[in-house]
Amino acid sequence: MSETHSAEPSHGQLTREDVLKVARLARLGLDESEVEEFTGQLGQVLGYVGILEEADTEGVEPLAGASERTDVLREDEPGESLTRDQALSGAPRHDDRFFLVPPVLDTSAE
Amino acid sequence: MTACREPASVLIERLSNGETTSLELTEACLAEITSHDGAVGAFLHVAGDSARQAAESIDRRRAAGEPLGRLAGLPVAVKDVLVTRDQPTTCGSRMLEGWTPPYDAHTVEKLRDADAVLIGKTNMDEFAMGSTTENSAFGPTRTPWQLDCVAGGSSGGSAAAVSAGFAPLAVGSDTGGSIRQPASFCGVVGLKPSYGRVSRYGLVAYASSLDQVGPFARDVAGAAMLLEVLAGHDRRDGTSVDQPVPPYGQQLEKPVDGLRIGICPDHFGDGLDPEVREAVERALDIYRGLGADVQEIELPHSRFAVACYYLVAPSEASSNLARYDGIHYGRRTDDHDGLVEMYSNSRGAAFGTEVKRRIMLGTYALSAGYYDAYYLKAQKVRRLIQQDYSQAFADVDVIASPVAPTPAVRLGQLTDDPLQMYLADAYTISANLAGLPGVSIPAGFSQDGRPIGLQLLANAFTEDRLLRAAAMHERETDWHLATPTFAGDAC
Repeated sequence: MSETHSAEPSHGQLTREDVLKVARLARLGLDESEVEEFTGQLGQVLGYVGILEEADTEGVEPLAGASERTDVLREDEPGESLTRDQALSGAPRHDDRFFLVPPVLDTSAE
Repeated sequence: MTACREPASVLIERLSNGETTSLELTEACLAEITSHDGAVGAFLHVAGDSARQAAESIDRRRAAGEPLGRLAGLPVAVKDVLVTRDQPTTCGSRMLEGWTPPYDAHTVEKLRDADAVLIGKTNMDEFAMGSTTENSAFGPTRTPWQLDCVAGGSSGGSAAAVSAGFAPLAVGSDTGGSIRQPASFCGVVGLKPSYGRVSRYGLVAYASSLDQVGPFARDVAGAAMLLEVLAGHDRRDGTSVDQPVPPYGQQLEKPVDGLRIGICPDHFGDGLDPEVREAVERALDIYRGLGADVQEIELPHSRFAVACYYLVAPSEASSNLARYDGIHYGRRTDDHDGLVEMYSNSRGAAFGTEVKRRIMLGTYALSAGYYDAYYLKAQKVRRLIQQDYSQAFADVDVIASPVAPTPAVRLGQLTDDPLQMYLADAYTISANLAGLPGVSIPAGFSQDGRPIGLQLLANAFTEDRLLRAAAMHERETDWHLATPTFAGDAC
């Protein structure tokens, strides 16, 4: 991600600007009351998860998933897939051929 | 008593010997739903017509002597987190309101192959995020035992449906306790399988490394029967494990010889409701009476489990829920000025508060500067938690504990305090972090009539032994036979 925060974790010290920045990264529109509510609540949760610092993880490999199965491969054979009509069936806007989106090359689109 | 409140195995027997028909059973369930679901709120969609048609078709095939699947004619309710090609799938969210998916989840295919009658889609916390079903955009589910209390969550609708006699079997999903905890609050059996035992294809993703689909039933035999149908390899889920599915139902009568039960003293500390403690201790006494060896074990990293989970799960959620972009399916707002604002405004308008909270938490934990301190640290602690269980299961067959610190809470009791709500998941989330199977079985009631469950966890891919251990307790008790009263006011 291109945007960065201050370097150190700030357990319980979340600012309003932090919340706005994270909401922007997540493409998540928040109203004023949510910004205020989340600033307190997320700060509280981040304060709590600071307990993990007490765990000695020196030399411990991270565990991404319980099964740790990797490189599950199959033959590259064509199988059943959705038809175009099916794929478009839930789209809010389409023209029976493509998904329709607002102009991408818009100056307001960052 | 409604026919649908009988155990699934009894109903299968009656169907096969001609004492009842699938249409009769289906009508009985639909009648119960009509009478009581206004107060309970278990269903988001009742598929009355298609269920009747399926039932009639199965009855005709049975009359013609055709071979039938293992659940032939039995009504089954499905949590609205599994996609169904002929029923709407909302995940309890405005984001997907009105959407009918173009395909079936693997587990839904399995139910159809087994000739189950799909009676409807059940209520849930939005995108499975929550512990009370109060985060559903379409209203909460109440426990049929006390209508001013929650059914638990996130699979509250499926648990309540089985408890209320709306369906003899139901399917749920469990990411941090979302099958086991509502099973406890509703007085039914709920099982979370080992990670990889059941395909996640078509399970709308919350936290992919933790999510697992599993059964609800009125008794252990019903859970075993449904698990046998749901489990099995599916190449469309890369984490699905290619191991044969044991005939879980066949061995249930056989006790586990020399059963060794582990208990962790940390699980019985402050904050545990005395009535829950009493129920768990009574269950342990029952096991001792059957000759089981109950011994203390250590899970030294269990105190980190809630913190670990509430970094790992929201991080995966923030990534998984990025797919709701207002383009491919789901809701799009017209109120925007360009593409990026279209994303933000659509998501802002359609997601509820808890979903937003977890997306925010996960995005924060994964963002530059904080990744190592939060997400990576949580993954390392996750390995320590898994290692604790590996060591414990060298000495014991199952680990017994409460499912939740209290019986069902009142509506609104925890909604204003997310951290308190998260802390109530402490007993269930470790099984998801470590990939272990776990079951909640009825173990008593509070004085005011709310059910209390007992949790048993076992080593990965030992569901057969876990179910046999659960059946040992069930044979000695009659908690699972009690009928909910629909007491209290649906406020």
